[in-house]
Amino acid sequence: MREATGMVEVGSRYDLRTNQAPDAPETEGFEGPKETHGWVHSYETGSTVDGPGVRVMLFMSGCFLRCQYCHNPDTWHLKDGTVVELSHGIRRLRDFAPALRAMGGGLTISGGEPLVQLGFTRGMFAAAKQLGLHTALDTSGFLGHRADDDYLQHVDLVLLDIKSGDPDTYRRVTGAELAPTLRFAERLNAMGKAVWVRFVLVPGLTDAPDNIRKVAEFVAPMKNVEWVEVLPFHQMGAFKWKALGLDYRLADTPTPTEAQVQAALEIFRAAGCRAR
Amino acid sequence: MEGLNIDIAALKEARCWRGFEQGRWTGAIDVRDFIIRNVTSYDGDETFLAAPSARTLAVWAKLQPLFAEERRKGVLDVDASTPSTVLAHGPGYIDRDNEVIVGLQTDKPFKRAIFPAGGLRMVESGLKAAGFPADAAVHEAFTKYRKTHNDGVFDAYTPEIMRCRKSGIITGLPDAYGRGRIIGDYRRVALYGIDRLLAAKREERAQVDEMWPDDEVIRTREELAEQMRALAELAEMGKRYDCDISRPAETAREAVQWTYLAYLGAIKEANGAAMSIGRISSFLDIYIERDLREGTLDEAGAQELMDQLVQKLRIVRFLRTPDYDALFSGDPYWATECVGGTDMDGRTLVTRNSYRMLHTLTNLGPAPEPNITVLWSKNLPLPFKRYCIKVSRDTSSLQYENDDLMRPYWGDDYAIACCVSAMRLGKQMQFFGARVNLAKCMLYAINGGRDEVSGEQIAPASAPITAEVLDYDEVFAKFDATMEWLARTYVHAMNCIHYMHDKYFYERLEMALHDRDILRTMAFGIAGLSVVADSLSAIRHAKVHVIRDATGLAVDYRIEGDFPQFGNADSRVDDIACDLVSRFMAKLRKHRTYRDAVHTQSVLTITSNVVYGKATGNTPDGRRKGEPFAPGANPMHGRDNHGWLASCISVARLPYADSQDGISFTVSVAPSMARRDTDAAIDNAVRAFDMYFGQGGFHMNLNVLSKDTLEDAMEHPEKYPQLTIRVSGYAVNFVRLTREQQLDVIRRTFHSSY
Repeated sequence: MREATGMVEVGSRYDLRTNQAPDAPETEGFEGPKETHGWVHSYETGSTVDGPGVRVMLFMSGCFLRCQYCHNPDTWHLKDGTVVELSHGIRRLRDFAPALRAMGGGLTISGGEPLVQLGFTRGMFAAAKQLGLHTALDTSGFLGHRADDDYLQHVDLVLLDIKSGDPDTYRRVTGAELAPTLRFAERLNAMGKAVWVRFVLVPGLTDAPDNIRKVAEFVAPMKNVEWVEVLPFHQMGAFKWKALGLDYRLADTPTPTEAQVQAALEIFRAAGCRAR
Repeated sequence: MEGLNIDIAALKEARCWRGFEQGRWTGAIDVRDFIIRNVTSYDGDETFLAAPSARTLAVWAKLQPLFAEERRKGVLDVDASTPSTVLAHGPGYIDRDNEVIVGLQTDKPFKRAIFPAGGLRMVESGLKAAGFPADAAVHEAFTKYRKTHNDGVFDAYTPEIMRCRKSGIITGLPDAYGRGRIIGDYRRVALYGIDRLLAAKREERAQVDEMWPDDEVIRTREELAEQMRALAELAEMGKRYDCDISRPAETAREAVQWTYLAYLGAIKEANGAAMSIGRISSFLDIYIERDLREGTLDEAGAQELMDQLVQKLRIVRFLRTPDYDALFSGDPYWATECVGGTDMDGRTLVTRNSYRMLHTLTNLGPAPEPNITVLWSKNLPLPFKRYCIKVSRDTSSLQYENDDLMRPYWGDDYAIACCVSAMRLGKQMQFFGARVNLAKCMLYAINGGRDEVSGEQIAPASAPITAEVLDYDEVFAKFDATMEWLARTYVHAMNCIHYMHDKYFYERLEMALHDRDILRTMAFGIAGLSVVADSLSAIRHAKVHVIRDATGLAVDYRIEGDFPQFGNADSRVDDIACDLVSRFMAKLRKHRTYRDAVHTQSVLTITSNVVYGKATGNTPDGRRKGEPFAPGANPMHGRDNHGWLASCISVARLPYADSQDGISFTVSVAPSMARRDTDAAIDNAVRAFDMYFGQGGFHMNLNVLSKDTLEDAMEHPEKYPQLTIRVSGYAVNFVRLTREQQLDVIRRTFHSSY
């Protein structure tokens, strides 16, 4: 815990995780004043990699993790976003619904961490299902316990980011514990919920073969996992760290080579995962 | 004797039409009926395609040094002393032994011709810019003895039109050169031969001879006489190339050759801005299929025919002026060819030859011409859709238009003139009318009719807006009144232009390849749609303060607050854009047109968005003075910031019913960085096209390239001789754009494809 706070000045408005930010919101019951509003960072249309077909991406603000390689540090803090009425969000989604249906796509909620604002995202997912759209939840799984069965009933696919197989590495990468994510993965498996596991390959941070193998061996027996996706680390978020005045530790980290990516994929495949 | 002649003609036809299913087309001129009865739809994939032949490569090799020299030098050669006609120049060849398809505009490749009947000034300033002396005899002939179209128009223009032309509120009018956007049905020459076409024209003429000679009847008689003369000359031109085009084509090679000669005749007669070739691939496929069946042609030979035809289409050249080039850069001539589409029963018109046409981009490399246009229907075969996407990805040389949207309007044998103008082949033409600057019109409304740059009074004087903060209702009422004036002035100018064009620069050969009684449209256009929509949105949803100069002229604006911007699927502003299109169209329709042409409108700028922007002051949306407009119906650069899907939905909302001359939309997508298999990416792209056109989108110019590539090409043009990019409705060699236009292209929104 302590180690990770080095990235963010204690008490800065970005130090949400430790609850020391001057304007930090309650960590429980965000949905409150009440499920009708949410803090939204932004939305984007046209993604073809965050679920099947073509997606509308909704980026919520607020996240408890402080991943070293985060490419959206501007979504960490709840109040980095703007307040949006749920009814407005649904209305906007409706504008895109016919197009999304035509392209076999749907809504992916990412962030930030969607499970921070349970009420709002539940409302968006439910509306998307009513509109006949496919729904995907892009999550670290750290708050997976908050997603009850009713919530998950509106979710067709979980993009589960297992950032590390080794608890110590996980702590170093995110500043948090790995166990809740693994528990969530097991629960999804028990439910038979479709999952794409994601693994961000960061040279020198997450690429130890043993670390990768632990994820691979954990995931391999899970029949609900349709894909394991190895996402090569990139520097496209670096400017945001700089703009926010944050201490970016990966400034000198190279993006992985094709060979490194292939090696990671090979570890997953050797364990029996369908990886890409 | 006469009986004997008819028998010989009938025998010839029987030989040339062997194996074809007979029908209405055998008794009357009806190419569509011929196609519908004889076409072989193809729903397979591209694996049958062949590489270029040795002969094709030999011809291509001969042309390469000329392309290179032209890139360095500009205009290579001009015949400045011979006004171009069908028969003005003797036959010309590139490499006679290896040319399977022959015919050049003049006696040498890349040697340009002059068309002084359109306008002598245009010819002489073109020559001057290219570094060639003007010809004294031509000068004398076209100043002393023969009036030009250009002279005629300026005799009829009013001072008000002259002011509008000068201020740039109406620009690009075809009042000094050929209007173009007329497509002769060049296939008729292959299917029927000149003799039969002449006989049909004689019949049409005989009917008119019975009619009382009012203006229209006399004009029609004269036009038919000119058409017949042009057909006879075309037959003579054929002879010079050893082609007996008096009879129908007998083989696939002849069908390609006859069709091309007809097109060649047209570009020797007229220098229109857009000289499109129509919809020939699937027509020619019928001949190719017959030869393949008869065993006289193989796949390599079929591809050779198409490759060599396309080589010819790539070296069409006209002499233009620097002003013209600033509007339409890179020597375009829009030899637009349509592939795909379906017939009225929903059967696909994709043939093997549609693939061969696309495959020329692989065999000969990417190029802007011919301007290959895919008529997209949800019913196109999936392998063809996938192949088109692959060709787009590799060449950025294709544009797509919505067949399912156009077919109910124009049937199943229409083609695209220029970029987005649909017309039934042989049955419809348009009076081309460039476009007005709608953004400037809005500024005139704010400034009481004064030009925001020069301060001159252009529109009739009215009370300028004096409020410190712009009020939506006040601005809109004044804008509406100014549009009313502009529409009237615009129709007025167009009537003058086309009256004179018909009189002094009539396209006798192109019109000979039409029916006598045709639908005429008058194609108006608007530029700056997204600038105006965003400006009105800013005025309504934010606070726009006016900054005035010492004379009270509003010259700048300060915006307080956010406002919805076109291109984000936000109906608060998209509705404004849709209303503008319908509103201006309604105003145009109030004014009677020359020859009772039907009013249409386009939202299309080609590359002129740069010139329009240059001539326009600061606008209330925050766009700075001189900054380019977005091209066509595109959202302003960088304002469509919620991804390509949102951008597509906004543009697809614009009403085609009030913009029947087309709505142009250009999308640039960065090459996928996703580590996904390309099959999935192509499937997604196919679905995206089906979605966009299913939502009512009209046109899609697709570029798949990165900013880095373009920036590198600006620095090192020699490395990118064939880098092709779609701008608005056409493709250009990127390295042949002006520097300003290159920068404009780079500044446009690039959507990441994730």
